[in-house]
Amino acid sequence: MTRKNMWVAVVATPVMIAMLILFAGSPSVKANDQPSAANAAVKIDNFVFGPQTITVPVGATVTWTNADDIPHTSVSTEGVFKSKVLDTDEKFSYTFTKPGTYPYYCTIHPKMTGKVVVQ
Amino acid sequence: MRDKKQDLIDQTLQDLNNDGVDRRGFLKCMAWAGTGLVWTMSGGIPVSRAFAKGYGKDAGKGGDFTFVQISDSHIGFNKPANPDVTATLQTAINKINAMPHKPDFIIHTGDLSQLSKPSEFDTLDQVLKGASAKQIFFVPGEHDMLSDNGEQFLQRYGKGTKGTGWSSFDHKGVHFVGLVNVANLKAGGMGSLGHEQLEWLEDDLKGRSASTPIVLFAHIPLWTIYPDWGWGTDDSEQALSYVKRFGSVTVLNGHIHQIMQKVEGKVSFHTAMSTAFPQPAPGSAPSAGPMKVPAEQLQQVLGITDVNYLVSGRSLAVIDSPLGDSGSSASGNASAPLALVDSIHG
Repeated sequence: MTRKNMWVAVVATPVMIAMLILFAGSPSVKANDQPSAANAAVKIDNFVFGPQTITVPVGATVTWTNADDIPHTSVSTEGVFKSKVLDTDEKFSYTFTKPGTYPYYCTIHPKMTGKVVVQ
Repeated sequence: MRDKKQDLIDQTLQDLNNDGVDRRGFLKCMAWAGTGLVWTMSGGIPVSRAFAKGYGKDAGKGGDFTFVQISDSHIGFNKPANPDVTATLQTAINKINAMPHKPDFIIHTGDLSQLSKPSEFDTLDQVLKGASAKQIFFVPGEHDMLSDNGEQFLQRYGKGTKGTGWSSFDHKGVHFVGLVNVANLKAGGMGSLGHEQLEWLEDDLKGRSASTPIVLFAHIPLWTIYPDWGWGTDDSEQALSYVKRFGSVTVLNGHIHQIMQKVEGKVSFHTAMSTAFPQPAPGSAPSAGPMKVPAEQLQQVLGITDVNYLVSGRSLAVIDSPLGDSGSSASGNASAPLALVDSIHG
């Protein structure tokens, strides 16, 4: 190690340590570094499931939130899951334990459809 | 003003003669809702006349009678544009009670409640108890079938009906059929009657004289208004094929919270205003959610529909009147509702 490199290491190391500590304490960075497989969100807004197709890993929990003034449901077309009626701001969560494609719809407004792809 | 109105009527008539849904025509209907407009069906030719000359004066003679359609009371809804849907339903009932010729009965075309809660149905019952017409026929809307597949609705409002709540009855020579198109809806589809109900309907109409006036009523329109919003019934063509041979068919629906009319041969289609909140014209908003209007305009976009049956011509006249209308305003100022239309699309 040259003297110049030694100097860089001496100065840089505390900076890097400080940065690590700083980043570790920041939840947004942590989430980016380690994508949390367990959570995904679908927003029901203006009679649309958004995103209409959501891809999640096995074990993920998907949470639907109704942002409309009108009640909606999220019901699996194949009977896998079935929410209660979700009034404004109410939520429904389901954890997907097997890979596959799960089409679903709103039983009140059946034109509203969506899909969860579990990989 | 008079000529301008007559022009509007004429243009609306032309639009009605088109089979497709015409937004321009619809807007004119909306504009006219502010002053009341009578549609009379006679031999398949629609005749319109202004409210003050309406058929109400002649009703009550011989076998003539009047009934009222109310729709989409959504008891339990409490958000903009109407935080008090119980009050506006009460206004609608007051308006019905004040009609010069008492209606023989009332038809409610669904969405009685917002969330099918017992307390919501209780509130509805309390308000409807005050109606001078004691007989009320109901069909469910999708909001009345939440959680329990309509069990509660059937117990409360569907005694003696078949399946999920369909039934028919005769009144002074007119045959009425209440249909349910909000049960067992399929993903990606619109309203649905289902095989069992269609079979029942075919059987129910079989053997009736073609001169019997028929009134079909159901929650979701039995004609396709706007598929993107699910405003139609997937198997309504089948149902309508059973009524084709009849000389006078009137189809009354709700669900879309605005007036729409179409005449196809001898079948006259009509949707009613809500007593709770308006919804946007098809495609004019990101979704079919409640349309927010200034408080002072709310009563212009809510309303009731009364239907007069004239035994002489075997014709039915459908009259829409908003809650905020005095009921005698043929010469009234149409500018307020026109301004409202402007504000929706401006």
